[in-house]
Amino acid sequence: MVSLIAKHALSGQAPLALQDLHFQIEDLGPITSIAPFNGQESALNAVLEAGHGLRFPVPNTSTQQAVAKLLWSGRGQAFLVGVAPDARLAAHAAVTDQSDGWVTLGLEGARAEAVLARLVAVDLRLTACPVGASLRAQVQHIPALIHRAAPQVFHIMVMRSFGQSAWHEVSEAMRGVAAR
Amino acid sequence: MRLSCPLCGPRDRREFYYYGSDDYLNRPHSDPQADASSGGWSDAWEDYLHLRDNPAGRLRDLWYHEGGCGAWLAVTRDTSTHQVFDVALVVDLKGKAGS
Ligand SMILES: [Zn+2]
Repeated sequence: MVSLIAKHALSGQAPLALQDLHFQIEDLGPITSIAPFNGQESALNAVLEAGHGLRFPVPNTSTQQAVAKLLWSGRGQAFLVGVAPDARLAAHAAVTDQSDGWVTLGLEGARAEAVLARLVAVDLRLTACPVGASLRAQVQHIPALIHRAAPQVFHIMVMRSFGQSAWHEVSEAMRGVAAR
Repeated sequence: MRLSCPLCGPRDRREFYYYGSDDYLNRPHSDPQADASSGGWSDAWEDYLHLRDNPAGRLRDLWYHEGGCGAWLAVTRDTSTHQVFDVALVVDLKGKAGS
């Protein structure tokens, strides 16, 4: 059988560091969308607890257990990242491998909020967007999932085909903030 | 203009795709026997596809949160004051047609 070589959408893209700001490609490991079937939410939660020690997140939040995270990703859907999904989940939810479909960009720094304020029309200050927050918004016009991984760290997930554009938008905003 | 998505919170209007009147939630029933004689056409279908109120005032229409959570929303608003009264998830209206 032919063995395919996985190629990252932004392969070869070097990290960008400007003053205290740092921008790089993140590898979150497997990404799987979990969309509960109607009326299966509590049964799904039982399997999530048993298999991953996680609960399905309420909108705009995430749950975490070691490297495994469940990021809310839209109505009736969350992304399981960091681990392969427990096979029993498929009885209660649509479970779909998304690993190759998304690119995750990591932005870190005290002024990461200021960079994203130029691109995202949602309040991402710590008071409105605490650590663990996971929300859907646009980066310029690019549909994205934005996850606050730490007080000064944002993970910006975009569909693979938008990877280059998202990298461009964020790095340009970084240059603007750094020039002030 | 802003819409408060029940899931995402208050967001700019440009995140939303406008679909049209909430008449689209009340699709006429298909009756195979009646359709066989009428060719599938009826006054109900005529209304559903073509006839819309155009109020200067309160109305409810459908929006899609494409720049956010991907939910269909039923928005009750006033066309003359631009006041938004209510934003509801269409999925929660299931079985409550005409509500
Ligand atoms: Zn929304």
